[in-house]
Amino acid sequence: MRVARVIPCLDVDAGRVVKGVNFVDIRDAGDPVELAARYDTEGADELVFLDITASSDRRDTTVAMARAVADEVFIPFTIGGGIRTLDDARRLLRAGADKVSVNTAAVRRPEVVSEISREFGAQCCVVAIDARSSSEAPSGYEVFTHGGRTRTGIDCLEWVAEVERLGAGEILLTSMDRDGTREGFELNLTSMVAAAVGIPVIASGGVGNLDHLVEGVTEGKADAVLAASIFHYGKHTIAEAKTRMAQAGIPVRPA
Amino acid sequence: MTGRPLVAILDYGIGNLHSAQKGFEHAGADARLTADPGLIRAADGVVLPGVGAFAPCMAALGRTGLDTASVDAVQSGRPFMGICVGMQVLFAGSDEAPGVSGLGMFDRMVRWIPGPVKRPQMQWNVLQRSGDHRMLAGLDDPIWAYFVHSLAPEMGDASDVVATCDYGGPVVAAVARDNVWAAQFHPEKSSAVGLQILANFVTASAAAATN
Repeated sequence: MRVARVIPCLDVDAGRVVKGVNFVDIRDAGDPVELAARYDTEGADELVFLDITASSDRRDTTVAMARAVADEVFIPFTIGGGIRTLDDARRLLRAGADKVSVNTAAVRRPEVVSEISREFGAQCCVVAIDARSSSEAPSGYEVFTHGGRTRTGIDCLEWVAEVERLGAGEILLTSMDRDGTREGFELNLTSMVAAAVGIPVIASGGVGNLDHLVEGVTEGKADAVLAASIFHYGKHTIAEAKTRMAQAGIPVRPA
Repeated sequence: MTGRPLVAILDYGIGNLHSAQKGFEHAGADARLTADPGLIRAADGVVLPGVGAFAPCMAALGRTGLDTASVDAVQSGRPFMGICVGMQVLFAGSDEAPGVSGLGMFDRMVRWIPGPVKRPQMQWNVLQRSGDHRMLAGLDDPIWAYFVHSLAPEMGDASDVVATCDYGGPVVAAVARDNVWAAQFHPEKSSAVGLQILANFVTASAAAATN
């Protein structure tokens, strides 16, 4: 049985969750531990923390956050954003993160994927890919870095095959065309990547309603669906998401 | 005497043991990450975690002497629990590492999960009970647990299988024999269900301590 995962994504700046999460009875909407514990209780299958800290001391605050979350929350969580080296990954994983995701660093120096995978196992090495449609790319999608701002000239399909070969255990695939639009996943991109690799694919970018989550699995063939705003702003609960997915015939762990 | 059973989590330099320690603490144990033979001998229960691959785990166990400490702990009759690759190394060997011997407490092999399925299985799945082992006491079906693995033990004669999961067919999810428990899934990452399983082990450790 393949069971689809529902993964809320939290943006973190200097160890604090930003872009306001809107649970009614939460004491501190910026506390990653409290929010993670709440999402665990609500039935989230995993969590992704995306570190958007710009300051140079980001690494210490993020490591401290990973440790604090791991102390209290007993579902898997991934930390991504700004991980450049094996040592960055090592500190987060030793602090209690289950997985790290690398994006720009993997494009710049693909060996970092092999290094993390070899030392800690493929299961904790997620490669995050930001893709944008491009008429110049053979697959129709090009890989971007730096939060979708920088073109790489790398074809998305070539890149997913390469990172799988390098030892990635999972792909977090974000459509930069859809991210923030609430128009739904770029299903063509998602299904193309899911068919091209033997490792799990997390669909990301564009979720605006519960049916989008359903489509990500049924049409996008994703193994997991990631969303931020529909959960954070109280529009929908994890339970509602899973109920809708189950109604559509997708096996999920009930919330 | 704290009143909490002492659970020694064997620390042989492999991966993230932080969650396991915190999980056992939440489950009521005085949980210590340790490679100290004296502390391991003094513990009421012993846990062998493991992530990554079979061969590096066996090599690290050998380097630290914790292979012998594990065998001694099992022979002492105290509760012992292997988790994930810490389960797999209790078997004779693994498809992942031809020629590398495991600890051989279960006399069969660990095999690649067969069939046209994605490997690793990286998801929550339902534990299908096989018998009525106290590892799963206090849990209502369906029991959901979090798995991350590409290999699993052979079914064998199934007399020691506590639970399976369905992933392209039945896959061994937990085994137990006498004082040895082992889980292919990650109880320390399986939310309230997982903490109950850890608590069941802590309870068994406490009971063993008073005997």
